[in-house]
Amino acid sequence: MRVVRVALLAVASLFLSACGYNTLQVQDEAVKSAWAEVVNQYQRRADLIPNLVNTVKGFAAQEQAVLVGVTEARAKATQIQVNADDPESLKQFQAAQGEVSSALSRLMVVVERYPELKSDQNFRDLQAQLEGTENRITVARNRYIQAVQDFNITVRRFPTNLTAMIFGYKVKPNFTVENEAAIAKPPTVDFSAPTPAPAPQAAPEPAPAPAGN
Amino acid sequence: MPRLAAAARAAAALLLFAVPSAHAQEPVAVPPLTSPVTDVAGVLTPDQSAALDAKLRAFEQAKGSQVAVLVVPTTQPEEIEQYAIRVAEAWKLGREGVDDGALLLVAVQDRRVRIEVGYGLEGALPDATANRIIDEVIVPAFRGGDYYAGISTGVDRMLRVIEGEPLPEPERRSPAEGVPGLFQLLPFLFVLALFGGSIFRRMFGRVGGAFATGGAVGLLTWLLVGILGLALGAAIVAFIFALLGGIGGGGGGPGHGGWYSRRHGSGWGHPGGFGGGFGGGRGGFGGGWSGGGGGFGGGGASGSW
Repeated sequence: MRVVRVALLAVASLFLSACGYNTLQVQDEAVKSAWAEVVNQYQRRADLIPNLVNTVKGFAAQEQAVLVGVTEARAKATQIQVNADDPESLKQFQAAQGEVSSALSRLMVVVERYPELKSDQNFRDLQAQLEGTENRITVARNRYIQAVQDFNITVRRFPTNLTAMIFGYKVKPNFTVENEAAIAKPPTVDFSAPTPAPAPQAAPEPAPAPAGN
Repeated sequence: MPRLAAAARAAAALLLFAVPSAHAQEPVAVPPLTSPVTDVAGVLTPDQSAALDAKLRAFEQAKGSQVAVLVVPTTQPEEIEQYAIRVAEAWKLGREGVDDGALLLVAVQDRRVRIEVGYGLEGALPDATANRIIDEVIVPAFRGGDYYAGISTGVDRMLRVIEGEPLPEPERRSPAEGVPGLFQLLPFLFVLALFGGSIFRRMFGRVGGAFATGGAVGLLTWLLVGILGLALGAAIVAFIFALLGGIGGGGGGPGHGGWYSRRHGSGWGHPGGFGGGFGGGRGGFGGGWSGGGGGFGGGGASGSW
């Protein structure tokens, strides 16, 4: 009798590890840490903005509208309490951060008109930090997308979907394609910023070539 | 049920979206990492490559950080940033946990250059510093068409700022330097002496078995390491070990087994030490070189010329 019970227990524990419970735990944690990195990098960008705005103000105080736009977009984005498991909240967060991105890219376009500002070492350092942070955001977002994808596959696939159902794990919302396009574009403009770009909206690749000659 | 179908459709749509965009234009493959300097575009002469190579290997030995140079013709269809992070993720420059790797990537036809910085070096080599190195040193030289000068002085500047960063000491490899692989071999020889010893003892008796074990271990060491004196030493140790092992009896077995697995375990725990150490030790002979498991998060700066 006891032997049977032990054997049953052993089979049950085997089943538990085969049913993907542990995989779900691991992937859930991976998603959480990937999300923390995304938020962290957006925060890093938000922290850079006041300094950047101040520096630009020193050279281009008349560009009030653009400067205020950046500051306001930043304020809005930092106010949002985001819950990554809630699709609505994630969408809001993305929209707000997307607005910061486009406000920043407008600022970088304006900056092109101020040669002294562009040659200011302090500004150049800030610009490099901003570009680096935009790139970190892109990397963190891609890693988050991948982590959520892995998790969602586990939640959906048989037989792990049964385990997920029992323990209440649901498919997580991911960064969407439209938002991807909306957010991915402005940083591309930013990356072209270190060299003089003749046309503000020009693609980053062809722009530096004429300037380099 | 309809929800399930919708979910399946969504997943299928996602797949459809993902696959063609990834294969529309093949992304540039990441070359294998075999040396600190990888010049796919062929803009460096062999002498220049070798000089850079030696400099970077020496730096790794002294400081522990891995800095690599990659020159490609183009990163299209990807941006240099996207390609750089792919390379960094594949190469895993820097020590695991310390993440002290950095990559200088040059895309010659695109006229783009990027310094990709590992997590552990973001303090020493922040974006602004990386940007200054590109702007002040690399780009002016590249504009003049001198790729080697740009890369070399750029690397020098990178090494100088990393030098000032307090990082964990590089693993001391001095004992292994003269005899690469000996310390990886040790646990193996130990087990051989243990098991071989007991088998030979059955066959030849205690003293005969000990002689046989010593001979076998010595021969193996000689074959694998290639140093006769060392092989003789190993043979003598194995001989004594096998002789005493017979007296100790069964009690010694499990205890030694535990020691073995512990050593073995610690060996596997540091893949960085393995890859980096091996390559570093053979640096002078131009041997293999591999990343140590460092992580990257997209830090660094890019520039054009």
